[in-house]
Amino acid sequence: MIGTLDAKIPSGPLAEKWTNHKDHSRLISPNNRRKFEIIVVGSGLAGGSAAATLGELGYRVKCFCYQDSPRRAHSIAAQGGINAAKNYQNDGDSVYRLFHDTIKGGDFRSREANVYRLAEVSTNIIDQCVAQGVPFAREYSGLLANRSFGGAQVSRTFYARGQTGQQLLLGCYQALCRQIAAGTVQMFPQTEMLDLVIVAGHAKGIIARSLRSGKIEKYAADAVVLATGGYGNVFYLSTNARGCNVTATYRAFKKGALFANPCFTQIHPTCIPVSGEHQSKLTLMSESLRNDGRVWVPKRKEDCAKPPNEIPENERDYYLERKYPSYGNLAPRDISSRAAKEVCDEGRGIGPGGRGVYLDFADAIKRLGENTIRERYGNLFEVYEKITGEDAYRVPMRIYPAVHYTMGGLWVDYDLMSNVPGLFVIGEANFSDHGANRLGASALMQGLADGYFILPYTLPNYLAGQIGKRPPADSPEFQKAEGEVRARVKKLLDVDGKRSLDSIHRELGLLLWDKCGMARNAKGLGEALQRIPELREKFWREVQVPGDGEDFNQSLERAGRLADFLEFAELMCTDALARDESSGAHFREEHQTPDGEALRDDGNHAAVFAWEFQSDNGHIAPPKVHREPLHFETVHLTQRSYK
Amino acid sequence: MNFRLRVWRQPNAKAAGRLVDYEARDISPNTSFLEMLDIVNENLLARAEEPIAFDSDCREGICGTCSLTINGEAHGPDHPGAVCELYMRKFRDGETIIIEPFRVRSFPIIKDLVIDRSALDRIVQAGGFISARAGSAPEANSIPIPKHDADLSMEAAACIGCGACAAACPNASAMLFTAAKVSHLSLVPQGNPERVRRVLKMVHVMDAEGFGNCTNTYECEAVCPAEISASFIAKLNREYMRARLRASAGD
Repeated sequence: MIGTLDAKIPSGPLAEKWTNHKDHSRLISPNNRRKFEIIVVGSGLAGGSAAATLGELGYRVKCFCYQDSPRRAHSIAAQGGINAAKNYQNDGDSVYRLFHDTIKGGDFRSREANVYRLAEVSTNIIDQCVAQGVPFAREYSGLLANRSFGGAQVSRTFYARGQTGQQLLLGCYQALCRQIAAGTVQMFPQTEMLDLVIVAGHAKGIIARSLRSGKIEKYAADAVVLATGGYGNVFYLSTNARGCNVTATYRAFKKGALFANPCFTQIHPTCIPVSGEHQSKLTLMSESLRNDGRVWVPKRKEDCAKPPNEIPENERDYYLERKYPSYGNLAPRDISSRAAKEVCDEGRGIGPGGRGVYLDFADAIKRLGENTIRERYGNLFEVYEKITGEDAYRVPMRIYPAVHYTMGGLWVDYDLMSNVPGLFVIGEANFSDHGANRLGASALMQGLADGYFILPYTLPNYLAGQIGKRPPADSPEFQKAEGEVRARVKKLLDVDGKRSLDSIHRELGLLLWDKCGMARNAKGLGEALQRIPELREKFWREVQVPGDGEDFNQSLERAGRLADFLEFAELMCTDALARDESSGAHFREEHQTPDGEALRDDGNHAAVFAWEFQSDNGHIAPPKVHREPLHFETVHLTQRSYK
Repeated sequence: MNFRLRVWRQPNAKAAGRLVDYEARDISPNTSFLEMLDIVNENLLARAEEPIAFDSDCREGICGTCSLTINGEAHGPDHPGAVCELYMRKFRDGETIIIEPFRVRSFPIIKDLVIDRSALDRIVQAGGFISARAGSAPEANSIPIPKHDADLSMEAAACIGCGACAAACPNASAMLFTAAKVSHLSLVPQGNPERVRRVLKMVHVMDAEGFGNCTNTYECEAVCPAEISASFIAKLNREYMRARLRASAGD
C-alpha cells in the first residue's frame, strides 16, 4: 500500500523553505473553520498548544487526555529549560547555529528541513510564552536570563527555576482553558484513545474509553492529531509518569501508520540511581545541574566504598572533563550516559550495586556560595534529599543514567502528517526532529513549535480538500473498530490468571534494559526477539486483571497499555537489529571507534527506518521496513566530536 | 518495616465507604509511600481481592495527581511535598497509618481514594489566563519585568493544582489555589488588561463550586507541596477589592 516515502520537503534554499511553504499552503476561511472537527489526543505541550491554537483559529476541537486534568500531562515534569535562538547573550547564537547543534546532537539522523524550521520558530515560542505570563527567570535588568545546556557552546536556554516544563505547560493549559470556556474546545479528561478509525484511507476518528465510567464511545472528526508522548515506559523503569504509554501511536501503527526509528531511545545521564526492587519510577535530576556540578568516580576500584570526602582530589577521575575537554561536563546525553556506564562496567561505580557516579557541587559552592547554588537548583536538591535522605550541599549527589525520552515515533512528512492522510502526529509522539539523540531543552521547544506554530499552518493544507467529508460516527468502520475494542477489553478481563501486571512489566523492562538499553549487539537483540513473544504469550495466559470493564478499573487500564508494550518491544528490537551501525543513543557494540565512540555508517544508514505493521492470520508478522534516505545539503557529515 | 493500614474503601460515588484494615509487611524504609501501596495491592491481587484505587502519575511531586490524607494530614507528615515524595523512613516501625482521600465536598469521591477535582479546572476556565493569541505576541524582551516581580510571580505560579489547600482547610476553601493563579498573573504586566475581569470571575466560580471562605487558619500553607505562601490570599483579597471598586466605577 505504501510507495516510496515522500517527506514532501519544500524546494528552495534551506532558510526559505518554511516561509515559501507557508506562502503556498492552502487556507481555510474563518467562516468555514467551524465546519471542521479536529480530534487532538494528548494535552501536553504539543497537544495542549495545538488544541488551544486550533480552537482560537475557530476550528471545533475535541481534546482527550488520560489524566484527570489537562494540566497534569507529563510535559509538566521537564525541569531544565527550553532552547531558542534569541542570541540575547550576544555569544554568537543564531538560527543556523541552533539548527546545526540540533542536527549534530542528533548524530545526523534527522531531516535538515524540519530541524531548520524548528530552530526558526524557536524565537516565536519565547515571545508567545512571555505574552501568556510564563514567569521565566530574569536578570536584575528585568530582561530574560539564559543558562547553557548540553551539546551547545552558547547560552540559549530559557528557564523558570527547575520547573520550566510546568510553567510552559500551565501557560498552554491556561490557553486551553480559555478555549474551553469559549466553547471551541471540548475537553475529555480521563478518556483514553483505544483505536484509530480509518474511513476510505483517511484517519477520521477514534474509539475512546472513559476511564471513569468504563464507557466506550465513537468520535468522528475531519482529522486526528496524536500528541501522546513517548514510549519510554516500555522499559518499566523510566523517568516518565506512570501513565505514559504507547497505546495511541501503536494502535495507529496497527492501522497502517508507519513507526519510524523506534530503537532511538534516550538514556538520560543524570537520574537518581535505582534503590530497590519495588521502585516504581526513576527521578531525573535536571541536566542543568551539569552547568555547575562536576561528574567523577574514584580512579581506583578500591576507593569506591569510601565516603567521597575521604577521596583526595588527585585520586578522583573527572572522566567527562578528561575525555571531552571542550564540552566537559556538558557533553551530550548519549555520550555522558555511555561514559557513566563505561566507568561502572570497569568496577569504578559508587553506591548500591556499583551503578552510580558522583555529581559534585563542592567546587561550585566554593566559587559561587551556597546561596547561588540554592537559587539555581534549590528545588532539585530538595527532591534529591527527599528520595535519598542525603543533603547534596554536603555530600555529592549519586546519579546514574535512566530511560528518559524517545526520539523515535510515528513517521510524519514535513507537514507533520503521517502516511495515513488526516493523521497528524506532533511532539514526542512523532520522530521528526531529534534524530538519534535529543539535546537538552529541545523537547519543550519541539512540542510548542509543533502545536503553536507548525500544525496550525499545515493542517489546513489537508483540510482544504476535505470539506463535508466527515463520516458519521455510526458508519460501519466505526462500528467495526468499536467492536474490536470491546472484544479486546473482554479478552483482557477473561484471562483470569495469577500473575500481576507489574511483575510481567518488570520482566519486560529488565530484558529490554539488558538487551536494548545503553548498548546493544546482534546476539542480545536476537535473544530479546525470541523472549518477547514468549513473554507476550505468558501475559495472555497468566495475567490477572480483576474487576469489570464498565467501571473505574485501574488494573484494566494498565493491562491494555502493557499488552501494547509487549508487542511494541518487538518492533523496537527489530529496528535496533536492522540499524547495523551506531548513531547517537543507539550504540551497537559491533560498531565503535577505537576510543569507544559511536561509529556511524553513513553509506548505508543515513536514512529513516519506517516500519509497516504486517499480520498473518491475525498474528503479528515481521514488520516491513521502508527507508527514507536523509539528504544533507547544508551540513557536512562528520564524526561527532565533543573533545 | 511493618505497618498496619486503615484504608478508605468506597466502591463508587454513591455507595457508602468505610475504613478497612490491611497489613504492610517487610517494607524497606527507602520505599516511597505510593510504592508501599503498590506492594499492598500486589498482595491483594495474589489473594484475588480488588486492589485499592488511588491516583498518581509523575511520582516526583510536580503533576499534582496524588491526593491522599494520611493520619489526618493532606499529603502526610513530610511537608513540603506531595504524597509521592513521602518515604516510609518517615514513619515508625509498627505504626498504624490511616489513609483517606482529600475530604472536600467539591471533590466528590470516584472510587476508594480517587477524587474528582474538576472544580479547580473550572475556576481556571473562568479567567485564570492571559488572552495571548498565538502569532500576535510582541518580542519577549520588549517589556522588562523587575526580577523581584518575576520571582514573586513564579512563587505563586509554582502551584501544582493538587487541592491539598482545600483538603486541609476547615472551611474547605480553595482560596490559596485561586490566589496563586490570580497573583501569578497580576504580578506580570502582561496580565494587566484582564486583571479586573479575571479576579471577579474566578472568585465567582470558586464560590459557585461550593468552596468555603478563608478564616486565616493557615492550614493550607502548612500542607502546600509547592510552599505557596498564604500571603497571596491577602493579595487575592486586595485584587478582589480593587476590582470591585473599579467595576462599580464602570471600569
